[in-house]
Amino acid sequence: MFIGHFTERPYQDPESGYFGATGRSITDLTMSNASYDPKLGARLYNRYLDEKIYAEEMGFDGLMLNEHHSTPFCMGGVMNLEAAILARITHRSKIVLLGNILPIWDDPLFLAEELAEIDMISEGRLVTGWVRGTGRESVAHNAVAPYNWERFQEAHDFIIDAWTRPGPFRWEGEHYHFRYVNPWARPYQDPHPPIWIPGVMSRNTVAWAAEKRYPYVMLATELEPTKESYAYYTEVAQEHGYETGTQHRGYLFKVHVDETEELAEQAGRKFVQGPSNPFLEGNQGIVRPFIQNLPGLTQRNNLLPTMRSFAAAASRGRAAQHKAETRKPTEQKKPEKFDTYVDQTKKYSIISGTPKTVIPKVKHVLETLRPGSIFFWDGDGAMSHEDSMRSLRLMGSDVIPAVREIADELELKSPFEVDPRTNQPIVDPNESESTDNSSESESA
Amino acid sequence: MQDSHEFEQLQITLPSGDVAYIKAGDGKPVLYLHHSWGSPGALPFHHNLITSGLSAIIPDMPGWGGSTRPAWARDVRDIAILIGCAIDTLGLGPVTLIGAGFGGYVAAELATMGPSRIASLVLMGAVGLYPEEGEILDQMMLSHRQYIQESFRDRKTYIEHFGEEPETQIRTLWDLSREMTARVSWKPYMHNRRLQHLLPSVTCPSLIVYGEKDEVAPRSLARQFERILPNAKLELVPNAGHLVEFEEPKVVADLVCEHVRRIS
Repeated sequence: MFIGHFTERPYQDPESGYFGATGRSITDLTMSNASYDPKLGARLYNRYLDEKIYAEEMGFDGLMLNEHHSTPFCMGGVMNLEAAILARITHRSKIVLLGNILPIWDDPLFLAEELAEIDMISEGRLVTGWVRGTGRESVAHNAVAPYNWERFQEAHDFIIDAWTRPGPFRWEGEHYHFRYVNPWARPYQDPHPPIWIPGVMSRNTVAWAAEKRYPYVMLATELEPTKESYAYYTEVAQEHGYETGTQHRGYLFKVHVDETEELAEQAGRKFVQGPSNPFLEGNQGIVRPFIQNLPGLTQRNNLLPTMRSFAAAASRGRAAQHKAETRKPTEQKKPEKFDTYVDQTKKYSIISGTPKTVIPKVKHVLETLRPGSIFFWDGDGAMSHEDSMRSLRLMGSDVIPAVREIADELELKSPFEVDPRTNQPIVDPNESESTDNSSESESA
Repeated sequence: MQDSHEFEQLQITLPSGDVAYIKAGDGKPVLYLHHSWGSPGALPFHHNLITSGLSAIIPDMPGWGGSTRPAWARDVRDIAILIGCAIDTLGLGPVTLIGAGFGGYVAAELATMGPSRIASLVLMGAVGLYPEEGEILDQMMLSHRQYIQESFRDRKTYIEHFGEEPETQIRTLWDLSREMTARVSWKPYMHNRRLQHLLPSVTCPSLIVYGEKDEVAPRSLARQFERILPNAKLELVPNAGHLVEFEEPKVVADLVCEHVRRIS
């Protein structure tokens, strides 16, 4: 089992008017950065880096970062810079980037160079993940939306070549053109860092990841549709002649641990308070569907079962369609005292409690999905540094050790234990002898 | 919207794929290139042209409506070249080319590619030049409905044309058209800085028609086209928005007919 830590790194400005439970809603991509305070930004960037250092101390295997643009819910516009700093100031944990938004790079050679440097500085601790991005990202960096999928694939092929093919060589593609590809920086890991693909709803991307045997990390999607999406990955894998195992499945979900149930509820409710990700069901943000669902960004008829979940649908600008499709006559009106936090805890969309109550819920998620890699999404929305640090401490003392035991019982092997490319056990060169020669594979 | 029963539905096949079009009338041909959001069929404006003795040909531009999408196309100029091929295949040239909004951009590009196909040019609420003042309204940052509504002089006129809730067919047309628009004109958005250097060679008579209340194409574009095209006349239509031919079909059709008569 590989256990990672994640937060979106929200820009938390108590003076902004959109902070916390009583703040006004953020309408995505409508806010001016005129109110941005770089001094506050400085404090927050350093806070989040400090939390990552502490997460490593507490035993997390991975420090996950993500990237969004032109929005206060995620400060990771230049995620690679944060990754480069972590490469130098941490020592053991993998640095997991989920992920760089390939289609918005007009010069993916720069990305190949940056990732190679991060991999070298960290001495081979980089896990690189690549995404297509939502409409916000295409708007923010003005990438032509209908070519998103083509550019994703070509940039991927190009970067792999730039990392592995002796240069110099030329690249004359459909979207990228280079007359001299010969980066004087190559990845530390051979042939290149592991590639994991995060996503929420595109069947194209799942099929593509399965074809390439890249682990697929579902991002905070609801349990049943997530399971069905894994099943689709397995179906494609079987068409390509291999069986999937836990090493091919990753899952990010919201978990907060606290000293008392009261504190856990107080902090857990902050997951959906401003400035948290506006895709999250019940939070204070408003997604503008026509921007998220830009023309041609995703094929309209090629969506995963996770589209049924509100957050995934909202992230692609299909919330209205989702509502129309899922509404039943008896569900037309939410109960008057509908509590989104309670609703989400019931669905395991948010797990927040003391170690005693959190561990069985995490176990349920692991039993249901059987992922080899998990990421605890914490410290988000309106959560304070203190909220985050309490949770990290209890994760280190109680939750992570317990989850490792559960994972061992369930035989959940990560991509660092079983190679997703071959399904063969990976022998740790630091161990004198291998204890298991069997390959772990199964049908999801 | 007026019934298009007078119009025949036809199709030609180019090497790049099929081009669907509708046609009516027996007089001098005018070819109408639609807005970025697709052709909704024959409009009262087109019927007025036919009543005045002209023949109207209204294609779905390649990639829009019933015409094959040229998946390789990356530039508005690619679409203009294909329209040129369609004119040649149909034997229409020299033809009066009417371009509305984005269709005006296509028409202007095509006009720079050689005079033999074009008898005269009519640009209505046309984009394509970089505006000296103001900005071209960015449809990618608006919902379909908002954008189309902004294209009318007021909400009332929008509702008269499309109703409070546009039909599914119309919304699908808008959605698919927007994707094709993005494929060729995402960036630079709705303009080509090279065009201003090429248009001075377009010597055919040109009629520039803009609604005085156009909120999509800045008024400065009207003056720029008038100034850059050597043989241009500008008409500003009072109380009309960007969709000037939808809102003032008689006024605009009369202007076009007078323009065609003048060059005969």
